[in-house]
Amino acid sequence: MPDTQHLKDLATQVRRDIVRMVHKVNSGHPGGSLGCTEFFVALYNEVMELHEGFDMDGNGEDVFFLSNGHISPVYYSVLARRGYFPVDELNTFRLINSRLQGHPTTHEGLPGVRIASGSLGQGMSVALGAALAKKLNNDNHLIYSLHGDGELQEGQNWEAIMYAAANKVDNIIATVDYNKQQIDGSTDDVLPLGDLRAKFEAFGWDVLEIEEGNDIEAVIAGLKEAKAMTGKGKPVAVLMHTVMGNGVDFMMHTHAWHGKAPNDDQLAIALEQNPETLGDY
Amino acid sequence: MKKYTYEKKIDTRSGFGAGLAELGRTNDKVVALCADLTGSLKMDEFKNENPERFFQAGIAEANMIGLAAGLTIGGKIPFTGTFANFSTGRVYDQIRQSVAYSGKNVKICASHAGLTLGEDGATHQILEDIGLMKMLPGMTVINTCDYNQTKAATIAIAEHDGPVYLRFGRPAVPNFTSEDQKFEIGKAVMLNEGTDVTIVATGHLVWEAIEAGEKLAEEGISAEIINIHTIKPLDEEAILKSVAKTGCVVTAEEHNYLGGLGESVARTLSMNNPAPQEFVATMDTFGESGTPAQLMEKYGLNSASIVEKAKKVMARK
Repeated sequence: MPDTQHLKDLATQVRRDIVRMVHKVNSGHPGGSLGCTEFFVALYNEVMELHEGFDMDGNGEDVFFLSNGHISPVYYSVLARRGYFPVDELNTFRLINSRLQGHPTTHEGLPGVRIASGSLGQGMSVALGAALAKKLNNDNHLIYSLHGDGELQEGQNWEAIMYAAANKVDNIIATVDYNKQQIDGSTDDVLPLGDLRAKFEAFGWDVLEIEEGNDIEAVIAGLKEAKAMTGKGKPVAVLMHTVMGNGVDFMMHTHAWHGKAPNDDQLAIALEQNPETLGDY
Repeated sequence: MKKYTYEKKIDTRSGFGAGLAELGRTNDKVVALCADLTGSLKMDEFKNENPERFFQAGIAEANMIGLAAGLTIGGKIPFTGTFANFSTGRVYDQIRQSVAYSGKNVKICASHAGLTLGEDGATHQILEDIGLMKMLPGMTVINTCDYNQTKAATIAIAEHDGPVYLRFGRPAVPNFTSEDQKFEIGKAVMLNEGTDVTIVATGHLVWEAIEAGEKLAEEGISAEIINIHTIKPLDEEAILKSVAKTGCVVTAEEHNYLGGLGESVARTLSMNNPAPQEFVATMDTFGESGTPAQLMEKYGLNSASIVEKAKKVMARK
């Protein structure tokens, strides 16, 4: 196992970034961002094979797509701390004339982002297209993607899921942030997803579950196991069980902080629970 | 009136198929996707010659647009093919976010546009697609008039870096433009110089405009006829120059008068040099079943209608 203390420190710092970013502009989505912090930290610092610098085509390296674009705070923080753009730029999140739009976009040329997302349900198709391009280019690197569980209510996902298995797109690892919460409440209350594992399997995917999606060692182990499952004729889905709002106690186990920013007092508590490790932006 | 002739009538979609097949042989970055309409879109030649570069998406157009956007990442130039209705309205948000806003080099190629789809009726006869596509920032919108022009446009858009909507159709129409034409995106084609009225036509209405010009000439009216294959970016200079000379314009398109070529021309004139304009277009209505010729006559999209509107607009000068 790698030096996970450094990754845990990074995750704590990313959580600080997330709550500070959304607090400053009194908007944004901290809940899902906090729940996926370990995933992003692991993916960008331990799992993916990446070039230094950024080019849109991503030839010869692994490529990631964020489909549930509203968790942009965690994406931006991890990209910045991986060196894609200056960490100080996190100060501009959601401000006018910023590259850090409310939802990620290529439009302002932010390094690290390859597709706009925000309108839900589109990222799986895009990720599959990029996976097909890798195959055409004889590039044996992988495509990673992240999707909200509630996002799977969008029908386009199931078009893509059907396509991927039928066409043996086996160079993709699609992870579902399985926190069972969405804006209006729990997924079970809003529109139940049923047996997600059985659904993916029925569509012809190999499925792996990460039971502790907020344990960085479990996430690394799970993603590496998923990586070993690629190249076998089937697309790979990872059902990653997470807690929305993880790491800030009053934001956990509720959908209330899906898209709500903390006030000054709440920020202070959140920062107290996540002490500065690598330096605030 | 300059004389235009043709050897035979061919469908514009076959021009797309021929252009795509040629691209398959000359540009290995070009890939093609289809949503269960390979035969209708005339994509079989490309598919058979380049099976590894052809992607059958099934009846799942939203996924097809996303796949195309993804294929650009890695350097491919994807051409999607399905009916115009399913190429635009059905997948508007996918095109908006994953293609246009993301600035992806996807070519959305749409057949069976407008009323001339015929007997299938209004569910399939989209008359709103030009408007939908031209409103997207960065989208180029092209509507070609015959086989040769469609083939040339298909080849030309592969060289253009950015999203393109290429609109063509089902019926066999006169193939009168030259086989070796150079297709310039955004450049109007002057078909006939005249002095009394400007006729700006796109798509299947271009040949009708030529026939209208001949009828008007018989009555001593000199029509200037412009083939606008690119609706966005519009060749405003060509239109303004012509209308400055003639003082009035008729626009002709197989599309709703709301949101189509006509409105783009009206906007250009109102901002620069206001002049009387008449519209040959559908008047905010859905289509219906019928033969293409019956439909074009019933909805006033033919040479007779262009002649009538030309006389009307000239009287308003």
